[in-house]
Amino acid sequence: MTTASYYGRNIVKQPVWKSEIPLYFWTGGIAGASAVLHGLARLRGNEALAKRALFVGAVADVASPLLLVKDLGRPERFLNMFRMFKVTSPMSVGSWILLASGGASSTAAALELLGILAPVRRAAEIVSFAAGPPLATYTGALVANTSIPVWSEARDQLPWLFGASATATAGAAAAVVTPVQFAGPARRAAVAGAVAEGLVMREMRRRLGFVGEVYDQGAAGRHARIARACTTLGAGLLALAGRRPAPAKTGGLLMLGGGLALRFAVFRAGFQSARDPRYTVVPQKERLRARESG
Amino acid sequence: MSTASYGAEAKPRVGFFTDTTVCIGCKACEVACKEWNLIPSGGLEWTGESYDNTSQLDANTWRHVAFIEQPKPLRVDADGADPPDGQPEPLRWLMESDVCKHCTHAGCLDACPTGALFRTEFGTVVVQEDVCNGCGYCVPACPFGVIDRRDLPRSPQDAPLALPLLGTKEDGRVWKCTLCYDRLKGGHEPACAKACPTDSIQFGELDELRERAQKRLAKLEGEGWNGARLYGDDPGDGVGGFGAFFLLLDEPEVYGLPPDPVVPTRHLARLWRTTALAAAGLLAGVALAFAGGAE
Repeated sequence: MTTASYYGRNIVKQPVWKSEIPLYFWTGGIAGASAVLHGLARLRGNEALAKRALFVGAVADVASPLLLVKDLGRPERFLNMFRMFKVTSPMSVGSWILLASGGASSTAAALELLGILAPVRRAAEIVSFAAGPPLATYTGALVANTSIPVWSEARDQLPWLFGASATATAGAAAAVVTPVQFAGPARRAAVAGAVAEGLVMREMRRRLGFVGEVYDQGAAGRHARIARACTTLGAGLLALAGRRPAPAKTGGLLMLGGGLALRFAVFRAGFQSARDPRYTVVPQKERLRARESG
Repeated sequence: MSTASYGAEAKPRVGFFTDTTVCIGCKACEVACKEWNLIPSGGLEWTGESYDNTSQLDANTWRHVAFIEQPKPLRVDADGADPPDGQPEPLRWLMESDVCKHCTHAGCLDACPTGALFRTEFGTVVVQEDVCNGCGYCVPACPFGVIDRRDLPRSPQDAPLALPLLGTKEDGRVWKCTLCYDRLKGGHEPACAKACPTDSIQFGELDELRERAQKRLAKLEGEGWNGARLYGDDPGDGVGGFGAFFLLLDEPEVYGLPPDPVVPTRHLARLWRTTALAAAGLLAGVALAFAGGAE
């Protein structure tokens, strides 16, 4: 396909974000889905799982803002994120969600460790539970709400993809650190998340058409292949042999690696699709032609 | 786009009409912009791409003159046919001074989480550099790839960074054309328009510029100019019309411009609904995992 361009230069800019951002997509997903896992385990009286999901979530929640601040061009101005709440900016909405989630889950984890102030801890757990699902999915909206073709055109799938991967990785993390006899729901969540992730990925590729070919190329392609292999293998281990500690740990770790690779695949795919002007021009020309022909 | 919140301070919306048919590629606009706005050097690089050595709009280039050498006739007859046989091989040299479009619905402004990007009383889009924290979200939000983060290598005499462990680059904020907000405040036209020797860059009230552009296009069409078209003059387009629009002589992508730009925000309501559904799906999925037993 030949498309006119200006010396083959990109039209939309590649993001200026560094590796901290996909790493945050991963930790934020783990934090968000862990809060849900924690809340439901608490409700169902599985204290062993509840505690561990709480601690996993709190660690991921504390790591997340550090990664985001480090990626800012002016880290000392990170508080400017809270000058306003702006619904047109997923980054603004997400900053507030992360503030609520991180504040609540780290408070709850600290009080759990100290064994004090149970009513405050419960209130914090409720806030963290409520903030969990949006924390795990808004990052999909964040990247989809751009002019990067492979992100923008996947706007119906990315929040689902990130939510599924968050469920898979949070379940996997809990399966790694929880004794196997208490980790049944975590394993089931991990496997369900992995299956959902595979289905959403396939649907996303179908809808993207030729723009989606970046997921087969270069760094995005490598990361996507690693993600698929690790997640499939890990979920298989958890599903078939998850009642034994060694396969449960191995499977969980593989899935955590797979989830991280998936975030890097999506991230790098965005750069690759911004770099080549064809991905910007061809879908827009098709849109124009469709409009002109009625 | 609205300047309604300015009340009595609101001014008529202003912008640029860049008529590329009279651009001579002198780059006076690039130089005037750099000088007036005290923009640092973007480096010296010889690209070999016609006379263009700045290549694109970025944090340190707010006016960029594109040069395109084409084996196409400058004019065609009424049927759109090439000139008759016996004439030399057609060749034309297109030049276009590109700039921030100051969109009616601006992706950068909508995406900015800090409120650093704002709509001025003139209807233009400007970054407040004392507020920007360099999150970079506006950079991929812009459908034109205009706004960019300035990350310059630090030199030994630079003042120490507030948090030295967190960065090794200078500035770290985003920059783009301000449509010379400071000059507008003083009642002057922007530096690039002032410096343009052929009036390829015309500054004025947007309504008036759009009328002028229509007349100019009609004249060029009458004279048989090959491929003359307006780009960004339609308030019904994907960004609600540009504050800075163009008269081009070929498809927009030939100049490195998107053929059908759409502000990402246009899809945001649906995107938030999808996100809410996915969040509910996550909750339901984990709840189902507990349906098989709590342990």
